[in-house]
Formats: sequence, structure tokens, C-alpha cells
Amino acid sequence: MKAIKIIVLAKQVPDTRAVGKDAMTAEGTVNRSVLPAIFNPEDLNALELALRLKDQIEGSTVHLLTMGPQRAAEILREALYRGADGGYLLSGREFAGSDTLATSYALACALRTLNPDLIVAGRQAIDGDTAQVGPQVAEKLGLPQVTYAEEVCEIKDSALVIRRHIESGSEVVECPLPAVVTVSGSAAPCRPRNAKRLMYFKSARTASEVAADPASFAADRVAEKSDLKLVELSVADINPDPAQLGLQGSPTKVKRIENVVFQAKEAKRLTASDEELESLIQELMAAHTIG
Amino acid sequence: MNNLFVYIEQEGGRIADVSLELMTKGRELAATLGVSLEAVVIGHGLQGIEQVLARYGADRVWVADGEPLAPFRTLPHTAVLCHLIRQEQPQIVLFGATSVGRDLAPRVSSALHSGLTADCTQLEIGSHTDAKTGKEYNDLLLQIRPAFGGNIIATIINPEHRPQMATVREGVMRKEEAEKSARGERVEIAWQECLTEDDLAVKIVAREVAERTIDIKGASIIVAGGYGVGSKENFALLHELAEVLGGEVGASRAAVDAGFTEHARQIGQTGVTVRPKLYIACGISGQIQHTAGMEQSAMVISINTDADAPINRLADYAITGKVEEVVPKLIKYYKQNSK
Repeated sequence: MKAIKIIVLAKQVPDTRAVGKDAMTAEGTVNRSVLPAIFNPEDLNALELALRLKDQIEGSTVHLLTMGPQRAAEILREALYRGADGGYLLSGREFAGSDTLATSYALACALRTLNPDLIVAGRQAIDGDTAQVGPQVAEKLGLPQVTYAEEVCEIKDSALVIRRHIESGSEVVECPLPAVVTVSGSAAPCRPRNAKRLMYFKSARTASEVAADPASFAADRVAEKSDLKLVELSVADINPDPAQLGLQGSPTKVKRIENVVFQAKEAKRLTASDEELESLIQELMAAHTIG
Repeated sequence: MNNLFVYIEQEGGRIADVSLELMTKGRELAATLGVSLEAVVIGHGLQGIEQVLARYGADRVWVADGEPLAPFRTLPHTAVLCHLIRQEQPQIVLFGATSVGRDLAPRVSSALHSGLTADCTQLEIGSHTDAKTGKEYNDLLLQIRPAFGGNIIATIINPEHRPQMATVREGVMRKEEAEKSARGERVEIAWQECLTEDDLAVKIVAREVAERTIDIKGASIIVAGGYGVGSKENFALLHELAEVLGGEVGASRAAVDAGFTEHARQIGQTGVTVRPKLYIACGISGQIQHTAGMEQSAMVISINTDADAPINRLADYAITGKVEEVVPKLIKYYKQNSK
């Protein structure tokens, strides 16, 4: 295979796995402010799969594309530390309130301008757990998709042979490029940060970050080195139909949100009596803990 | 027109449990709406499949039977299903939240520009008034699902777009045949007309269908047993509880060392670390070596004969009693109370 251009779709997410008992408010609801913002775990598996292809196909490049607020530039730097060549941040208030379909539409518009040979994404993000954006992006671009990917087994002239992890076992498929591949958490974990790359790319900034702190060391470095420039994309850069963006482009609406209220820390004591056990089951079902 | 569709997953003509669970739920929703329940089966070797689906209440069974349609591949199934949805205009389409449903449904929703809600735990019919416009919507599908790592429960609706689509995980809904078989009228889909060369671009090179493997790390509900469970036979009760709740069975080191279960299920410092939504600790005393692997569970229920067992300090609910007495009761009351 000749050199290919790979884009990894990634998302910065609140670490919902860190919701232990300490992350709950006195009312028993999630205290979002204490949750760290992290690189969505399966997107790191996706980055590794992309970097391995770059290692094997000479001249190939890997860039990250993320949609989010300015602080999401953090995951672009993280990807650079681990071996990516660059990153794009798609940002703007027009994208606020997007459901998966509006998100996929915006990403697909950006991808059309970037024109990659391969798009790799994590299977799903831990804040929504929907696994919808990958296949929806593929559909919008008219590309084939391979979901639940675990490993690229073989690189052919214009196709990849990929092993997928499915609940009943595994499946090996051959998919022509260009294509969209979503990577499962059971794939190889991402390589760690490289110390030299960390020293170099810690000054990587978006234009907005430079503007916010023009006198900083990083701002000087970005002015000198073009590879430290993280590319910001706005609505104007991706040429979308505005009706398909954000809240108005989202067919699904949230009607109601209930916080799951956790019990106080003192254990509730129960006996093995039928009445107590039945009321426990009913309580758990009402709280959607089971059923 | 405007009926309720269930996409049926099958392997060699054997229908997946999740699809029959969706038929059971779909029957109830279709009755509420006063529409018919229709199943869609795409695959190969599907003779007589309508008879099974009729027992689950299918008024009509749409069948696309052809060699290129099995095993499942995204593009041909998308093409056939989108064609049928455009023709028949169902108001609701349900899918299993499996590696098939979660691959196919988003692709279909994008092609049709309709809303899709993943991994619903409850589906109901209800109304909605838009807070801004005051516009009223009746007979909407209320799609209820956990989000944000299970810390919130959201009700999602698709007021303006059809079909309303949702996926549901296996084991979440009850599976039950209809009291009286439905008509189950089989209608063939002219699938050849839906496919293009490009739809067959992805080729399946190999497939390995294995026994289900143990996945305690990914389970949102864990029923774990310790030395106090007492025997291999009593451990079978934990498996039964885990199965009805849609969870997995875990174990403490003492239970593994005693030979009650296999090492792959061990939780703790020398096993795996888990963070399920619900952890039911059966006959586990709560040594630090075990609790280190489960203390981040969102909710802990302990079943122990010793009211002062250390595990109870972590527990949200501490049941004082014998495992072999409490667990069968939990199973019984869960079954009685689930819809």
C-alpha cells in the first residue's frame, strides 16, 4: 500500500468511570465538576491502531480530529506526545446541543475538506456510550465501515484485512479504502507518551490559545515552528448546511433527565424475610439499578 | 403504514433471544398504539421463520432471503432495510443492542435522517409538550436509558422524525410468546433490486463463533461469591441470579481456592478490578485483598450470616441471612416484579 492519510476521530470526555462515592453530592447526584476531562479511552485504542499503520506504511500520516470546546485541544497535544503528526479542533457554538446525528454531520463535513484515506475512531465514548458516531460518519461520507475492530491483520494494495471482536466470537473482514473503522477497547492499548515528543509538543497551541496568552513561551515557539500549530476549524471552514447542525439538526431531544440518587453510606440493614427482600427488589427496579 | 418494526437477528435461522424480547415488548407497544407488529428478517435459509415470529405476535414478517445477505454485513442489510422503511413508513423500528444492531441501526438512522437512541432500558408510549412552542405530541416512543456512566437516566424522544428508532440490550426485556399466535403473513422483499456492487465491497474472510467468554470487567451487574457460599452447587444459584439480572458472576480468592469456580472470575488484588453499577457480595467477608478490587462499585449489596462482616462497611444494603435462602428469593421477586 502507498502512503495513506489517516484521521483519528477522538473526543474529550468527563471520566464517568471515576464516579465513585466521593464524586457524589450530598443530594446523591453526580458532582460533574470533580470529574477529570480525559481522552476517551477507546479513542486511544483507535490512535494506536492508526499509529501502527503509520509505522508499517511508509510516508503515512496520522492526524487527530476532535469536535469540542477550546479545552479539547488538550487531547490533540496528548496525541502528539504519543506519535500523531498533528491535530484539528472543530469548535463553535453552532455545534452546541448536537446529538449523534448532528455530530456526525459536522465531522463528515470537516472530513470532506481533509479528504483522508482512512478514518479511525473509538467504538464509543464513555459519556454517552452510543457507538453511533462512527457508523453515521461512514454513511454520510458514503464509505464502508468496520466496527468493533481489534487488529489489522494484513495490509493489501488498496484494502485492509481487519479482525473484529463480536459477542459470539470474532470475524475477519477485508475492507477497501477509503473506509471508517471503529476500534473496540479490547484492541491493543495506546503506546505511552514519548519523552522527547512531550518536551517538544508541549508548546503546541491553537490560534485561540495563542491569542489568549500571546506573551507566553509557547506562543513564541508556535511562531517559530509550524508543526506546533494546532489547526482550528470553525463552521466557515467546513461548509455545512446550517439546518443540520447543533440542536436544530438533532432529531432526538431530551425530554427528561433524572439523577440516579445513591443511598447514604450507612448500610441499610435487612433480614432475609420475604417482605424486606421484595421491597429491596422493587426499590432497585424503581431506581433503574436492575431491570 | 405507520406500524412497528422489529429487526430480527438470527444465525442460520435461529433467532437471537434479544429479537424475541423486542417482539414481546413490541407487541405491547403496538397494542397501545393500535398498529400492527411486523418483523424484518434479512439473511439466508429462512424457510419457516415466520412461524416462530407469529408465536411472538408478528402480524407480518418481511423476509429478504439470499446468499449475499448472510452472514450479516452492514452495507447490504442497510440497503435492504432502508428500502423497506422508505416503502412501508413504520413509525417505530427496534433493534437489539448487539454488535449487529449497534453497527446497523446508526447507519440506517443516518441514511434516513431519523433519531436513534442506544441501549434503552425501558420503552413506553407517551405524550410530550414542547416547552418553547407549546406544540403537543401524542403517541411518541419514550426511550429511556442510562447515560453519563449510568449516573443519570434520560428520557429521549424524536418528536419530528420518523421512524423513531431504538436499540435494547439482551436480557433487559422479558421474552414471552403471545397468548394467541398472530397471523405471521410472510412477505418476500425483492432484495436484489436494493443492492449495488458497492454494497458488497466488504468481504468476510473468516468467522469464528465461540462459546461466550467470561467478561466480569465489562459487566454492569456482578453477583460475587466468597467462601461463605459453601459449595459449587450453591454457586450455581449465583449464576442463576446473574443471568436473570443480566450480569456476570465474580468470586473472591477464597472461593476460587476452594474450587467453587474458575480463576477467570476472581476479583481483588490477585484478580481483576471491577466498577459495576451493582455489586452483590454473597458470603464474602470483605478482606482488603478482595475489597480493593470492588470498592468503586456504585452500589454494594452484601448477603452474609455475620451482621458484623467487614464487607458491610462498604455495603449500601446489608442483608443478614444465608446465601442459599436469600438468593432464590431475590430471583423469585425479581421475576415477579419485572414486566
